[in-house]
Amino acid sequence: MSVVVGLIPEFEGWKRRFPPGTEGSLVLPCLRRIQESRGFVADEDIAALTEYLGVPRMQIEQVLSYYSQYRREPIGRWHLQVCHNVSCSMRGAERALDHLRSRLGIEPGQTTPDGRYTLSTVECLGSCGTAPVVMVNDSYHESMTRSKLDRLLDELT
Amino acid sequence: MSGAALIMDFAVTPDSHRLAAYRARGGYATLAKALAMAPQDITREVSDSGLLGHGGAAFPVGRKWSVVKLHDGQPHYLCANADEGEPGTFKDRWILENAPHRLLESMLIAAYALQVRHCFVYIRGEFDLPYQRLQGAVEEAYEAGLFGSGILGTEFACDIVIYRGAGSYVCGEASGLITSIEGKKGYPRNRPPRLTVKGLYQQPTVINNVESLANIAGIVRDGAQAYRAIGTPRSPGTQLVSISGHISRPGVYELPYGTPLKDFLFETCGGMAGGKRLKGLIPGGISTKVLTEPDLEGVTYDHASLLAAGSSLGSGGMIAIAEGTCMVRLLQVMLRFWHHESCGQCTPCREGMGWMHRIIDRIVAGQGQPGDLERLIAIAHANDGTTICGMGDAAGYATVGFLDKFRDEFEHYLTHGRSLCDGVLDVTGGWDA
Repeated sequence: MSVVVGLIPEFEGWKRRFPPGTEGSLVLPCLRRIQESRGFVADEDIAALTEYLGVPRMQIEQVLSYYSQYRREPIGRWHLQVCHNVSCSMRGAERALDHLRSRLGIEPGQTTPDGRYTLSTVECLGSCGTAPVVMVNDSYHESMTRSKLDRLLDELT
Repeated sequence: MSGAALIMDFAVTPDSHRLAAYRARGGYATLAKALAMAPQDITREVSDSGLLGHGGAAFPVGRKWSVVKLHDGQPHYLCANADEGEPGTFKDRWILENAPHRLLESMLIAAYALQVRHCFVYIRGEFDLPYQRLQGAVEEAYEAGLFGSGILGTEFACDIVIYRGAGSYVCGEASGLITSIEGKKGYPRNRPPRLTVKGLYQQPTVINNVESLANIAGIVRDGAQAYRAIGTPRSPGTQLVSISGHISRPGVYELPYGTPLKDFLFETCGGMAGGKRLKGLIPGGISTKVLTEPDLEGVTYDHASLLAAGSSLGSGGMIAIAEGTCMVRLLQVMLRFWHHESCGQCTPCREGMGWMHRIIDRIVAGQGQPGDLERLIAIAHANDGTTICGMGDAAGYATVGFLDKFRDEFEHYLTHGRSLCDGVLDVTGGWDA
């Protein structure tokens, strides 16, 4: 069952600050909210959102495939994203990634069999002055070192 | 370096981002002053200040605003570009986290000057704390009657939406940004028509970088001449510089334009970490050409001086690279990024970024082929000016810059199948600390 129905009051509240007649603009924020609620965007959510916003289904499908933050499938409870762009690489991001690979026993793009951790690489997070940075779900963990990363992993259960 | 701060002019405390603290610093008094002025007088003040865009292109803000016709009967829109994603750049984040009300007050003034009813801040989806701070500031401002209708007892009405991106570098390009706010994939679009003529929802739209906008309140408060008193005649004012890489004191600094660059690097920032020598400096985000230490002799931090040195000021995102760093592998990181972020709309960029990425990958794997460096340059040139947005061009310039300055290192890798610098990027350590 789609989670959209329960979220409609919230979506209606957002509309008040948008210019009238711009429902299509709600595609991105609605998908983000759906994902927060379910953990990913399911087929039935797309159908329900298509109906609610009155936009073409293709528009929603395009948005989902274009932006890197949307997911069509569930992932682990803790999503660890290691920035491996220039400044982070210059401050040890590759070592952080190798450390996570060996501690979790998975490659980027994979989830541990117990469903606890998903490992990803990510491009520049705009946190270059406190590199390397690892994003855990929505939060940035900055200036990471081996010992800080180990402590962080111990807290994520 | 201090004494001329326009943005970082207060002490950051746990509450300094809140409305009460902003008001105690004189916040929103300038909005009242602006609402008593004629809208076109505000635009004239901004034009006279010489304020340049702070997102990378350095287009004069007043000239952009002047295109919008006040009495054309159409809705106008204003968007702050907070999609900070140029690698090496993290300065707008400072404003969003620490001075959100300065941005909001400035946007209200800009909205009044441009007769805008609905504003947007397009903020990258990964920014969580900056979003929380900004949204919190918006709610405080609504409660205080600073947004909505009848603002400060006048006829002026304005609403604002903080619009969160969802992971796309190209949405930082102004036309990609508005396409994204329209709820679509963020494809940039061809100009003309300019966005100030047909932008968001096909209406006249002004899109300014967060830092550009954040300067508006100060310019309207103190006047154009006070702004021009700082910086250089051709680059008035200051720039928030974010510096990272192998530098002793990374972070965000506010520099008056015209500051001697080497003083900033070696005194303010404490020089290179571990006392190493500077091998290269990317001055304004990875899309700007890398410079070497001899190039920096006599360079001042302003648009003209960096252009004369062979690069550009870009987004203010500096990356300092220490001796011992493998430039071939660093370029590989950059090309992987551009390949990942190419939106796929234009053939030269979609294919070109992939080709360049695969060529650098095979060089790094020790399987480079004769002519690979020339191939990289040829693809870079084929991108130049053949795409809708500037991403492919910029990737090309930066690649050519690396090959120009560090040709020997690339030749060595190609000939011997291995790095002259053992492939190391984190030469200053720290990970095992």
